[in-house]
Amino acid sequence: MKKKINGYLLAGLIITGIILIAILVGAFWTPYSPTAMKYGRFQPPSFSHLFGTDNFGRDIFSRVLKGAGTTFSIALSTVAIGALAGTVIGAVTGYFGGLADDILMRMNDALTAFPSFLLALLVVSLVGPGNKYSVVIALGLVFIPSFARVMRTEYASLRNQNYVTGARLMGVGSIRLLSVHLLPNTIRVLLPAVTIGFNNAVLAEASMSFLGIGVTPPDASLGYMLSEAQGMIAAGPWYAIFTGSTIVLLVFGVGLIGEGLQARNREVD
Amino acid sequence: MSGILRYSLKRLCLLLVTMLLVSFLTFLAFEMVSGDPARTMLGTEATEAQITALQQELGLDKPFLVRYVRWFCGFFSGDLGLSYSYRQPVWNLIAPKLELTLWLSLMSFALTVIISIPLGIFSYHLTGGIWDWPRTAFNQLCMAIPPFFTGILVSWEFGIILRLFTPGDFPNIHTNFPGALLHLFFGAVCLSIPRIAMTVRMMRATVISEMNKAYVRTAISRGNDRHSVLTRHVLKNAMVSVVPFLGQTLAELFGAGIVVEQVLGIPGLGRFLVTSISHRDYPVVQAIVVILAFWVVLAGTAADLIDQAIDPRLRTSGPSGQFGGAAG
Amino acid sequence: MKKRFLAISLAAALIAMLFTGCGGQGTEPASAKPAETAAAESPAVQQTGHMASNEVAIGIAQDFDSLDPDYMTAAGTKEILFNVFEGLVKPASNGEIVPAVASEITKADDGLSYTFTLRQGVRFHNGDPVEMKDVVYSIERRWKDADPAAQLAALSVIESLEHDDSTLTIRLSEPSNEFLAAVMNCYILPAGYDSQETAPVGTGPFRFVSRAVQDHMILERFEDYWGTPAKLDKVTFKILENAEGLVLGLQSGALDLVAHLSSDQTAQLNKSDFEIAEGSMNLVQALYLNNAEKPFDDVRVRQALCYAVDKQAVIDLAFDGYGIPLGTSMFPSFSKYYDESLTDYYTLDVEKAKELLKEAGYPDGFEMTITVPSNYTPHVNTATVLVELLREIGVKATVQPVDWGTWLEEVYGNRHFQSTVTGLTSDNMTARKLLERFGSDVGNNFTNYSNPEYDEILAQALRTADDAQQTALYRQLERNLTENAANVYLQDMADLVAVRKGLEGLTFYPVYVLDLSPLSWNG
Repeated sequence: MKKKINGYLLAGLIITGIILIAILVGAFWTPYSPTAMKYGRFQPPSFSHLFGTDNFGRDIFSRVLKGAGTTFSIALSTVAIGALAGTVIGAVTGYFGGLADDILMRMNDALTAFPSFLLALLVVSLVGPGNKYSVVIALGLVFIPSFARVMRTEYASLRNQNYVTGARLMGVGSIRLLSVHLLPNTIRVLLPAVTIGFNNAVLAEASMSFLGIGVTPPDASLGYMLSEAQGMIAAGPWYAIFTGSTIVLLVFGVGLIGEGLQARNREVD
Repeated sequence: MSGILRYSLKRLCLLLVTMLLVSFLTFLAFEMVSGDPARTMLGTEATEAQITALQQELGLDKPFLVRYVRWFCGFFSGDLGLSYSYRQPVWNLIAPKLELTLWLSLMSFALTVIISIPLGIFSYHLTGGIWDWPRTAFNQLCMAIPPFFTGILVSWEFGIILRLFTPGDFPNIHTNFPGALLHLFFGAVCLSIPRIAMTVRMMRATVISEMNKAYVRTAISRGNDRHSVLTRHVLKNAMVSVVPFLGQTLAELFGAGIVVEQVLGIPGLGRFLVTSISHRDYPVVQAIVVILAFWVVLAGTAADLIDQAIDPRLRTSGPSGQFGGAAG
Repeated sequence: MKKRFLAISLAAALIAMLFTGCGGQGTEPASAKPAETAAAESPAVQQTGHMASNEVAIGIAQDFDSLDPDYMTAAGTKEILFNVFEGLVKPASNGEIVPAVASEITKADDGLSYTFTLRQGVRFHNGDPVEMKDVVYSIERRWKDADPAAQLAALSVIESLEHDDSTLTIRLSEPSNEFLAAVMNCYILPAGYDSQETAPVGTGPFRFVSRAVQDHMILERFEDYWGTPAKLDKVTFKILENAEGLVLGLQSGALDLVAHLSSDQTAQLNKSDFEIAEGSMNLVQALYLNNAEKPFDDVRVRQALCYAVDKQAVIDLAFDGYGIPLGTSMFPSFSKYYDESLTDYYTLDVEKAKELLKEAGYPDGFEMTITVPSNYTPHVNTATVLVELLREIGVKATVQPVDWGTWLEEVYGNRHFQSTVTGLTSDNMTARKLLERFGSDVGNNFTNYSNPEYDEILAQALRTADDAQQTALYRQLERNLTENAANVYLQDMADLVAVRKGLEGLTFYPVYVLDLSPLSWNG
């Protein structure tokens, strides 16, 4: 049983590792310049251009290498914002309960109905259209409630544990209790949540780019590239196929890690 | 009887609060978003004087709260206002699009439910065998496929190569119902794949944890066979956790459909929302957002009621959720 | 037990449904075809079908906005409703302004009054004859209507209207060479009719039948048209916001004509079925620079950019070679004003560009953003290519796509931008529209171009009533813009129109209109 569980984790780590290595390599070296427009328009995949070329005659493989890096860093920062803020909110509402709790749930409903396209637009106009962090901030905001909810449940269940009550009786302050005593115990829930959140961030970033507010073309994300590719699906289907498949692979790898982590949690239980 | 009354009252309040909150947030967002409806309506040829005058005509020069209260009162007297860019009543514009989006959401929800529940149970039976690995991997893979990527592939394969439908050319749902339904079906499939995978995973996990519970062990030790325990007791209890999850899925489908509508060219509500936001057509956006809020609360309520029907001991509880929302 | 049976049968029913649903995918090609044939018909049948019924289906990439002619702002709406509405005068394909609802126009020698004679026998689409009260109503509505949104700024030179049953005399406060162009955009509508929004009524060769937002619009030939009647019976506009949708629609036979296609789109069409007509969009596409913003307040920097950008490279990379390079704010259709020699004023010269940058104090280049409206793919693509070209001289440009509302407000309205790619047009066929916007104090001078000499020539040009003199002055203005490198001028974009073989009569205009009346099926 033990061996099999680590199988998911291992497979996930291998896939993600390969992608990460590709991203790292891509940061310093790509077979061609990812922006140079001189390799001939719509060249199908070949040995010289593994993924073919796009409508400007750019090498898609090089662009995917760079784009994966952009996507990866955006998703990572998004999850970081979501997890950090979500943990704080979840800790407060879960531990203290009451009104804050109710408000959180209503905000959550409201946010499900609130178009994230509009939210992104809002962030873009608040931080300025030229700001490259606007996507990360917008997406981070979208992800706070879901993390908050998970952490709230976890903190609420931990609140009544004996050692917590003990610590409280011994006069440990709330802040210290929440951060020093309880936080380490939430990691087992937080980690799988982060992997799922990461994947949703990748997909959300892609959808957002797709609708027209995203990162800028020179350092295009995979999502932006996919939206570009949609318009030329008839002339160069390989563009969409390779870009989309990279997204799927990235999400798949991290998903397996999450699966492995959760399986390990079950094992510990 | 009074229980039901109290419950409906509570739900109604919930609905009102959510709608209020969402519409207010939208209003607030537009207040801060750069881009002015008068300018967008008049285009690049307008003079500053014209823009100012139009702002006055639309009441955009009034303070924020005045405008909000005005909209709110209009809303409750059934008046959604006039669209800025089309100069037609908002409801007339929205109604036909709402119909399509409802079809799309319900269709993909039906697909999700019909496929994932049997598959979830089936997947439980595969637990522990040599199929465990490929099953989990396949499940994860399906969860990793973004709907718009499927959408692009579907429009390429079934639209451009097989010519089963024309992406962008949506048939009139009243004159060519089968054609429209087929088009929507492709959209529903794109939307459902990751949702089915998520539900199957959730279903299986719930069944497993339920099967490990004391009552199941007792029942089996008393000589009941596993299968009948599963169908008679476990499934019912598992559904209690799956139903809120499905409710959340239903709530999210509406918004998640936006991107699919965009890819396949379905002239639904989501697509209209995006263009209306771009054109700063506030009355239209307000109306759609409120409909979305209504939908979210409705889905939660439905899940709640079904849960209570399954297990009368359940007190009301909010819908359980997933991490993050699909963008839309 | 009963419950269990119920559950099982329900599950069975659901699974059966599922299989029929999934099976649909496999069997659909055979079974769905008849349904589709009924709706859209197969290409061969369709062609003869449209030809036989003497109708045409046209694909449109963007939805129409308001159909009330005084409120419509989208260029795409004006382009099509040109067939429904007419002014006292209307544009002709050779760029001249010809009589329409008026049969005769006389201009007073002092240029301060115009007299229009109402054409006899002109009818509105609702059957009513056009009377003087309608003409006065229509002009007053755009001149001094209570609703400023409907007003036409160019009509503000009107001082008074005098009329009897057959003639209208408009007195102006100052002479204006562009007055007729303003009258052209002032459509004649039935007095007091208030349903233009949902059921537009005009005097044009086609009358409005129906419209569904974001879906379609139908026009029919107007039998009582005063002039040469249209040849087609019916025209359906289908709104297809997807790039592939338009191409697929053409391929499947659902559409007969689509304008404004990209070369990638036309490349997918079968040449034996379609004729690709190439016109021009009649716009000045450029990298517009905020002349008040550093570093573009320095003429040397702007010139450096001009030397660095190879116009033909932009056209080749982003437009597959289609497009006419431009060197100033004027395009070839306005042949009277167009000065072709300015196109090659700056030729690709990386060394010179670097030298200019060095002189201006930027030896290592600088960073800049190009803000583009994300919904205009051609402009976004152009910006992407520009980034590449500017890299050669050490300028690090980034493209910032924003949504249309933001672009209008921030770039066009508030002038909060460094540079942008867009196309500027003249919707009333006057050179003035293209050149006046670069005067220092002009409201829509979003590039903040400020040049005393330019202002002086502009004032002189607007004052003069003599056409030849005015033309010469306009040409001076063009040269001024080029010499001072006001913007990095790129091209007049090509307008590629796919027309089904057999459909004839497509005519290009120097304004953004699609004239349906000469279109006809041959054979």
